[in-house]
Amino acid sequence: MTTSGTTTRPATARPRETLSARGSRFLNRYSMAVALVLVVVVFALTTKGILLRDQNISNLVVQNGYILILAIGMVMVIIGGHIDLSVGSIAGFAGAAAAILMVQYQVPWWLALILSLVVGGLAGAFQGFWVAYAKVPSFIVTLAGMLIFRGLTIALIGARNIGNLPEPFVFLGAGYVSTGAESGPDLLTLAIGVLIVAGIVGWQVVSRRRRTRHGEKPGSTVVFVAGLVVVSAAILWLSYSLASFRGLPVVLIILVVLGVGYTVLMTRTVIGRHIYAVGSNRQTAQLSGVKDRRIDFFLFVNMGVLAALAGVIITARLNLATSGGGTGLELEAIAAAFVGGAAVAGGTGSIAGALVGGLTIGIINNGMSIMGLGTQWQQTVLGVVVLLFVAFDIWNKGRRTRR
Amino acid sequence: MEPTDLLEMRGITKDFQGVKALDGVTIDLRRDEVLAICGENGAGKSTLMKVLSGVYPHGSFTGEIRLDGEAVEMNGIAESEDRGIVIIHQELALTSTMSIAENIYLGNEVRGRLGLIDWEETRRRAAGLLATVGLNENPSTLVAELSVGKQQLVEIAKAFSKDVRILILDEPTSALTDEESEHLLGLIAELKQRGIASIIISHKLNEIERIADRVTVIRDGAVVETLPKAEITQARIIRGMVGRDINHLFPERVEKSVGDEVLRVQAWSVQDAADPSRRRVRDAHLVARAGEIVGICGLMGAGRTELALSVFGRSYGSGFSGDVFVDGVKRDVSTVSKAIAAGIAYVTEDRKTLGLHLDDDVVQNIALPSLPRLRRRGFVDEDAEIGAANAFKESMRIKTPSIFAPVGQLSGGNQQKVVLSRWIFTDPRVLILDEPTRGIDVGAKFEIYTIIQELAASGKSVVFISSELPELLGMCDRIVAMHEGEITGELPIDQATPEKLMELMTLERTSDDD
Repeated sequence: MTTSGTTTRPATARPRETLSARGSRFLNRYSMAVALVLVVVVFALTTKGILLRDQNISNLVVQNGYILILAIGMVMVIIGGHIDLSVGSIAGFAGAAAAILMVQYQVPWWLALILSLVVGGLAGAFQGFWVAYAKVPSFIVTLAGMLIFRGLTIALIGARNIGNLPEPFVFLGAGYVSTGAESGPDLLTLAIGVLIVAGIVGWQVVSRRRRTRHGEKPGSTVVFVAGLVVVSAAILWLSYSLASFRGLPVVLIILVVLGVGYTVLMTRTVIGRHIYAVGSNRQTAQLSGVKDRRIDFFLFVNMGVLAALAGVIITARLNLATSGGGTGLELEAIAAAFVGGAAVAGGTGSIAGALVGGLTIGIINNGMSIMGLGTQWQQTVLGVVVLLFVAFDIWNKGRRTRR
Repeated sequence: MEPTDLLEMRGITKDFQGVKALDGVTIDLRRDEVLAICGENGAGKSTLMKVLSGVYPHGSFTGEIRLDGEAVEMNGIAESEDRGIVIIHQELALTSTMSIAENIYLGNEVRGRLGLIDWEETRRRAAGLLATVGLNENPSTLVAELSVGKQQLVEIAKAFSKDVRILILDEPTSALTDEESEHLLGLIAELKQRGIASIIISHKLNEIERIADRVTVIRDGAVVETLPKAEITQARIIRGMVGRDINHLFPERVEKSVGDEVLRVQAWSVQDAADPSRRRVRDAHLVARAGEIVGICGLMGAGRTELALSVFGRSYGSGFSGDVFVDGVKRDVSTVSKAIAAGIAYVTEDRKTLGLHLDDDVVQNIALPSLPRLRRRGFVDEDAEIGAANAFKESMRIKTPSIFAPVGQLSGGNQQKVVLSRWIFTDPRVLILDEPTRGIDVGAKFEIYTIIQELAASGKSVVFISSELPELLGMCDRIVAMHEGEITGELPIDQATPEKLMELMTLERTSDDD
């Protein structure tokens, strides 16, 4: 645009502002991906390439899978304007329950899985009741929940270490899917990678067409294509890397299914849109017929089930349940959501953002431990990273709204 | 320039990233006068006042500010207040959980021995200030318990605590009832006698006509003209503001037939939300027919909004009794979604906090209440919602760069069109509009009025709540008056006059006391 003359009406000036606002929103979204790439590059260099070795890639996925599952539920809770501090305790409780059911009571592994998810759902419903219907702030309710469910976990399992879990159960957390062929990269893993790329490209093209059809000016085609190429290349490379190690981790399959499913839930269904509406402005949502209490209740039940799933996966991966399982995971999940662009005030955030945020944190952790930094420095660095990410986000938004 | 000028702003230019919000604006304020600044939304009034009050610090704009003939540089509100320039914003800046006295002296605490706050003295002085502004309340009363009108007076009392010389009021009466406005305008006139000059920004031209000594009209960031007292008339100001004559404030009434009864509210009573022993609406009967615009007038606290909100899914109050009929059928309106399903839509008076999701785009805002209806095989039909938003953008002439732009970026008038679209999209039988033109400039008001007329003409029933009688008289077919929770009477439009309505609005209908 040319510089406006003295006769320019503010009315015609508005679109200009909006363009720059959009630009910064774009930058905001883009910056997340840039940050991830940056983190990968930095740690690939500092670890002399170990970060990107096939085995390490596979480890990264398996080690962070359960945090990412928690991050999905957590970002939804945060979008709805709440917080959940209890997920680590619920994960520990559900994991311990599953182990005890299988080892002590000889319950079949699949039933134990289902029952522990139900336990998580009930724990979530308990908290959801207090938040939604008794109107106790979620911070307090889940702080109490954190203590309650950790306490119950200790009561349940005591000082025991319950191990030797059934093989199919362990498979959930530590298993790989492959064709089992001895030589060369696993073809099944590669095929799934290609399918996912095809799916993403197809979906992006269709939704871009839809928006264009409805009169929105499409963004630059170059940027669009370049973005798709980068993402596709990354996924193909990831699947090749996994294929060259052991195949597709079961955790990754669970994660992809959940990621896609919840993204659809949040963006394309009424309940998802209502979650955003409640978090963004509760009163307006109420006056638009949104049943905000039901939304609150749902969020915590959902979080409880996902926490239980994460707990099961942790227990399965370690092939061990202890009273301390899942401790501190709530903070990692919360950090993932905020690093991934969710706002403390609610109403903003995305499943994809939380996953990228969680992955970024996971890579930083992983990279630092390969470098041989002790946990003391890992924690310190991580704290600084979370702080800087959120500060940048706030600065970026402020720049957008300031006049 | 005369030496008696109290304030002079000369050649003020302020731009935002190359866009000039103010372009060489020069205004002067004499001692002992009330200066009104008029202009449409976006004309630059608020920006000018932010320059004057130091919100935009010295150096962020060009031009100079002279106080008592001397150039001054102000960096921040604190410095402008030190010089006696106090601005009272449209959105009141009081802390609702603190008392009146605490609010008045917040940031300017009365210190006693050891530097501790002297509460005794604070309350004593606050009481004195309250007497000055004519507010009969205990200084220890929490601000949350006061009406908006009274809160405004507390703001003015606060200004007094700072030795105010120039009082800037930004839309001071937009949230007030006629009675409260009357008191405030009287107070401003009184202040003038005591040597405190005021600058008023207001869309209520009738008030400006009465109270202003001069009017400076701003358009597109530049001063168009300054009118002396003798030339101040509403029509003259409007001509300056829009750059043309507006002969009609309201669209022509169209010939239309009023049809069958659509909404019937019967024996409707509601208790206060926080204090269930207080009755907010008492035994109200209200009927609205197809194609009819029914006005509801009343003073602040008359229970108009409470009536509307309680009918709309019990969104306000407790202890409800009474029935609601739509198209002659008794309907359950116990939740908002049931009320929407029954064909009722409510457009709130508080657009920004209750009416819109400001960060969300036009599409999402319009679609929200209709999402359950837009569900196809479990998913929201995006084509349908985007298509609807585009259609409304056209038909309502919503000025937005894109239907995917956040509504927070739109002007007040366009935001209101989005809210109206949201509710029209639910395909209601009756629309309850609560102060639909609040905070909207003249041109946009006319458009909103036209939309309302078209809605009625298309067979919808409209209930129009407003604090501005001229608006009701210009728009409605029938006007119902409320006073302290009761409907005190109604007049068909050909019999309604401001005097008769005012009489009904203040009528004490003594009935069984609780």
